[in-house]
Amino acid sequence: MRNLIIEKQQLSEQVYKIKINAPLIAEERLPGQFIILQVSEDSERIPLTIADADQSKGSITLIFQTVGKTTTLLSKMNVGDKIAHLAGPLGKPTHIEKFGHVICVGGGIGIAPLYPIAQGMKNAGNKLTVIIGARNKDLILLENELRQIADELIICTDDGSYGKKALVTEPLKQLCEINPKPDLVVAIGPAVMMKFCAETTRPFKVPTLVSLNTIMIDGTGMCGGCRVTVGKETKFVCVDGPEFDGHLVDFDNMIKRLNSYKQFEKNALHQCKLKNL
Amino acid sequence: MNLTPKERAAIPLQEMPCQPPEMRIKNMEEVAFGYSEKQALKEADRCLQCKTAPCIEGCPVNINIPAFIHAITEHNYAKSISIIKQSSLLPAVCGRVCPQEEQCQAPCTLGKILKDKANAVSIGRLERFVADKELPSSNTLNIQPQTGKKIAIIGSGPAGITVAADLCREGHAVTIFEAFHKPGGVMTYGIPEFRLPKKIVEKEINSLKSIGVKIATDFIIGRTRKLMDLIKKDGFDAIFIGTGAGLPKFLNIEGENCIGVFSANEYLTRVNLMKAYQTDQQETPIYFGRKVAVLGGGNVAMDAARTALRIGAEEVHLIYRRTEKEMPARIEEVVHAKEEGIQFHLLQNIQKIISDEAGCVKEIECVRYELGKPDASGRPRPVLIKGSEFNLEINTVIIAIGNGSNPLIKQTTPELNVNANGNIITDENCKTSIPGVWAGGDIVSGAATVILAMGQGRIAAKSINEYLT
Repeated sequence: MRNLIIEKQQLSEQVYKIKINAPLIAEERLPGQFIILQVSEDSERIPLTIADADQSKGSITLIFQTVGKTTTLLSKMNVGDKIAHLAGPLGKPTHIEKFGHVICVGGGIGIAPLYPIAQGMKNAGNKLTVIIGARNKDLILLENELRQIADELIICTDDGSYGKKALVTEPLKQLCEINPKPDLVVAIGPAVMMKFCAETTRPFKVPTLVSLNTIMIDGTGMCGGCRVTVGKETKFVCVDGPEFDGHLVDFDNMIKRLNSYKQFEKNALHQCKLKNL
Repeated sequence: MNLTPKERAAIPLQEMPCQPPEMRIKNMEEVAFGYSEKQALKEADRCLQCKTAPCIEGCPVNINIPAFIHAITEHNYAKSISIIKQSSLLPAVCGRVCPQEEQCQAPCTLGKILKDKANAVSIGRLERFVADKELPSSNTLNIQPQTGKKIAIIGSGPAGITVAADLCREGHAVTIFEAFHKPGGVMTYGIPEFRLPKKIVEKEINSLKSIGVKIATDFIIGRTRKLMDLIKKDGFDAIFIGTGAGLPKFLNIEGENCIGVFSANEYLTRVNLMKAYQTDQQETPIYFGRKVAVLGGGNVAMDAARTALRIGAEEVHLIYRRTEKEMPARIEEVVHAKEEGIQFHLLQNIQKIISDEAGCVKEIECVRYELGKPDASGRPRPVLIKGSEFNLEINTVIIAIGNGSNPLIKQTTPELNVNANGNIITDENCKTSIPGVWAGGDIVSGAATVILAMGQGRIAAKSINEYLT
């Protein structure tokens, strides 16, 4: 049945992986695209990037972190439960071709949407270096999957509990200093990480794609809530993105906009925990 | 009772009973209650039943207005509604949201005799009266035998609904694809509850389903399925695109991406579709501002301003760069907005939005205009008065200056011809550049009204039916 959860796995304290029956989305979906879902009939609509899809089984995979009310409710759903509404695939797919040497940088939950892009880049014949980072070892995702496709995999943690004790920008800078420099960097993660990845590559003039995850309602261009400033122009993440030239994105404005409903979300999550929903 | 025209003209215009302003700004319920039977009979008696019936010409779908009004005077409401339904499928909606003063009521003979358009017969109110009187079981649409032809309709707004009903009646199998989780298009996400109760929209959608129209929600044509795959893979025989305008315009001014600046689409969608006004539910949030500025002078601007008031704003400023005469909004909406205490700032415009350290709106910079020579639209062009800048303390800005064309279908359908604004190019029968594909409503004409979208739907349905048979 459509929208049914068919597999569920807890990857770390706050990170979950679910497979959902969604044959139409699985058929059309390309790396870089996302879906919008509602856990129940009148609940809020949130965007989540598609981490993987299996056309033969008609399923898509979502990996998410419990950050607010909806993701918390989603984490409490089980195999056999139905997601009330699921729409997609949305956004423009990643432009994948043979660029040469591509570095994919993923931070925290951003490693999940990075994976299909890294896979696509590898399949297109690129030399693939993957840098992944998180606060600690528990939050490092998809290490084995990425190790299988990457020519080189670099792992960083903030606390040094696994891999290098460093931010992802440190190995990124070192790789940019090598001649010939990389041909493309794709960075996905928290807004502040993407901002500093873009700042790291800017002096080296290495083209840098970032994938933005902003507040959205419809995901089809109708509301404009997801808008960001890119090179002085207003762009809609849902229909113009989600990927943009990281050197042109106004991250400071985007980070502020992401916090528009922080207090509201805090209260909602608090209520949600009180009622033990 | 046989009245002379003079006696008819002497009957006073029946005012619409409404919730008092101080009460209605505290709730989301419908502002206008609708005529009582007594009022409707009196108002119907005002119609001169003139031979020329210019009102019919004034209606975009040419409802036989004198006939449905005459049926009211006979107390035959079932007959009255069936006359309307021959031309318009959504009388309960149109009776509420059509700009009647510019359409059917504008050329009304009575208005001319009384030398005041505002004294024309209240056709819209009478339409609403008979539509609301209709019993749910009175659906007597004749449906032709099944033809075996499949039609895909994209968008469940007024244009799509009209095409769906017309083609279903002809015996074709109709599926509507809707991107949102609820059908109804602008009637569901855009027009607020206090102007168009959602139960009326639901009733219309249910009557479509009852005649066999299928509605697939959460289905985004161009993404979930490419347009042409509907024909190539899914075996549809014809497609109608009625996706609406759906890409809000912004001003491109400094500070427009601050926290607290919204398109009217976003603001209204949060409140109407996602029910953000039910704050105890704590699902989709709405940003709360004590002092709200709305930019624009159309129905959407009025809807946004009046919605802001209802969710608790203390001051709502409506800023429009021309005068009230040029406002595209329905007169009734302007009157209601003023009664409710919306502060009108005419011949003014926002120039800059100023934020605090957290990035939240704290002030707007405005400028004043004066009217100059007529522009391309025939309206006097507003001319900036130099050095007229002034600031207003504001926490929320809502931009309601219209919509561009949504890019989803054209991004993935390169063979579909669109104009420089991205609107789909069609011929007089709503045919697009792709054989088997028609389009109508706001995605063709730019942002317009419910009734104009329905009018185009009518034309498209006729043309599709001819193509299929």
